[in-house]
Amino acid sequence: MAALLKANNIQKTFGHGKNAVHAVKGATFELEEGTITAVVGESGSGKSTLARLVLGLLPSTGGTLEFDGRDVTKLSFMESQRYWRDVQAVFQDPFSAFNQFFTVQRLLGRSMKLIEDKKEATERMHEALGHVGFEASDVLKKHPHELSGGQRQRIMIARALMMRPKLLLADEATSMLDASLRVNVLNVLRDLRDNLGTTVMIITHDIGQACYVAEQMLVMEKGDMVEQGSSKEVVFNPQHTYTKQLLADVPKLHGELGEMVH
Amino acid sequence: MRFSGRFYFGATLVILVLLVGFIGPFIVGVDPNASIGGLYDKPGTGPGMQWWLGTDNEGQSVMSNLVYGTRTSLLVGLIAGIIASSIGLVIGLIAGYAGGMLEEILMGLTNIVLAIPSIVIVILLSVSLPRRDIFTLALVIGITAWPWTARAVRAQATSVRTREHIEVAKMSGAKFWSILAWDVLPYLLSYVVMAFVLQVASAILTESSLSMLGLGPSNIVSIGMMLNWALAWGSIRVGAWWAFIPPTVMLTLIAFSLYLVQSSLDEVFNPRLRRGKKRKLVPAASGGAATAEIDEPEGEPGASVGPAALMSATVAEGKDSGGTTQ
Repeated sequence: MAALLKANNIQKTFGHGKNAVHAVKGATFELEEGTITAVVGESGSGKSTLARLVLGLLPSTGGTLEFDGRDVTKLSFMESQRYWRDVQAVFQDPFSAFNQFFTVQRLLGRSMKLIEDKKEATERMHEALGHVGFEASDVLKKHPHELSGGQRQRIMIARALMMRPKLLLADEATSMLDASLRVNVLNVLRDLRDNLGTTVMIITHDIGQACYVAEQMLVMEKGDMVEQGSSKEVVFNPQHTYTKQLLADVPKLHGELGEMVH
Repeated sequence: MRFSGRFYFGATLVILVLLVGFIGPFIVGVDPNASIGGLYDKPGTGPGMQWWLGTDNEGQSVMSNLVYGTRTSLLVGLIAGIIASSIGLVIGLIAGYAGGMLEEILMGLTNIVLAIPSIVIVILLSVSLPRRDIFTLALVIGITAWPWTARAVRAQATSVRTREHIEVAKMSGAKFWSILAWDVLPYLLSYVVMAFVLQVASAILTESSLSMLGLGPSNIVSIGMMLNWALAWGSIRVGAWWAFIPPTVMLTLIAFSLYLVQSSLDEVFNPRLRRGKKRKLVPAASGGAATAEIDEPEGEPGASVGPAALMSATVAEGKDSGGTTQ
């Protein structure tokens, strides 16, 4: 299988001189087509900055990015419009990711403009809402304050899916949802890979969650990519002390119940 | 949205002033430029409404001058307020949202304009203009008053810029202006409304100061012009109080009612400033005598980081040039 996205020593530094913050200090990785990759690390490790670099929302300060064989390190406005037909994202906070003045229809309608054929766009909107378990007529007229956190997050996923992206990036997409919804959303991502062949990149601080869905894992610490490999390798045979630390910090169930699970 | 008593009081005064300015001329029904009596005739010398406030130095009805003058002042205030708010809004929005180099340039420009005493520019502009009707006067006031709105709006736009919905909009292919108009502006609309009210109030005061200096509109009466005449023709010396008290009271009323509405709107939009009946008294841990006041949280306090407080701070700073920055 070919690599869909290749990042070569990609870097991002905020500020200059003494105040410079090296958010990403050169990350090199590849995303295989049709797989799920998880980026794990604690808060402030540069995961979200990496996500925004991959999405083309932040300009990088070094290194190159290649998507589907073409260079996407620097994008003009028109190029980024095309790029975002192939690469979409779901963000962490389902509250601030919504414009509170827009109805769901208006939100999705905006994305529809990226699709040239109007009729197809409407079809895709209904299809995308179906993927996340909504009936279009139930939600289109609603404002975000009329939806629960989980429902909002599913709308955001539907928005991303409308474009039928080759790469879907989920930046902490489940961290603000409760446990049952979390599995729900993770399963949606899995189904996407299995049914549509979408490549998925998950950003998470939860290594357990990463292990549940991802084939490949990238571990970041303070802007450095300290370890990468298949999930099995990373979880069962961690090389770097930071990875070991992350694994040790996963909360475990104790006592009888814990023994039943483990 | 619950409005406080302050708001209703202020709003009533504003409506009253608007009625005087826009309905008054039709009720009084006397040309402000027509002589109806002699120099400083006392109120009530003749019959009818035009005699309620006597005559001025040219024997014209003060009542008629007052209602027409109020109309002029309100018009100048509104036009200047719209001009200043529009310029400030556009510059503030672009600077706050775009950030980077563009922000530096626009804010640099704003600070330069801010550093020049605006009354000097206004005086120079009004002297150099070939004719001074209310529109040129409003334009002159408007193009010197926008920097405060620009700064306040920029501060708000910067805080909206970091919200994720902006990134979602970008990835949906929304263009720069579309994001500015639909994703940034609605979040600051309440502050823009308050800034506009302040701009109107201060434009009316600026117009009056200019008119008092004799730089007012040349073909029409305004409150400031009335004061100018009253001063120039010695109404204070001869004790003709009806020539200078009514315009002073009217001017105070206009400014006071607008500021009252602005500050009570501030309370509506920023629950932390709310006073009075919504407070609960809770005994503090340290002792029975000490009490702590707790506001009931309301709305979405996290969504906008106390921008109203910031705005009033910026505006206060503008009024007494330097001082409080929160």
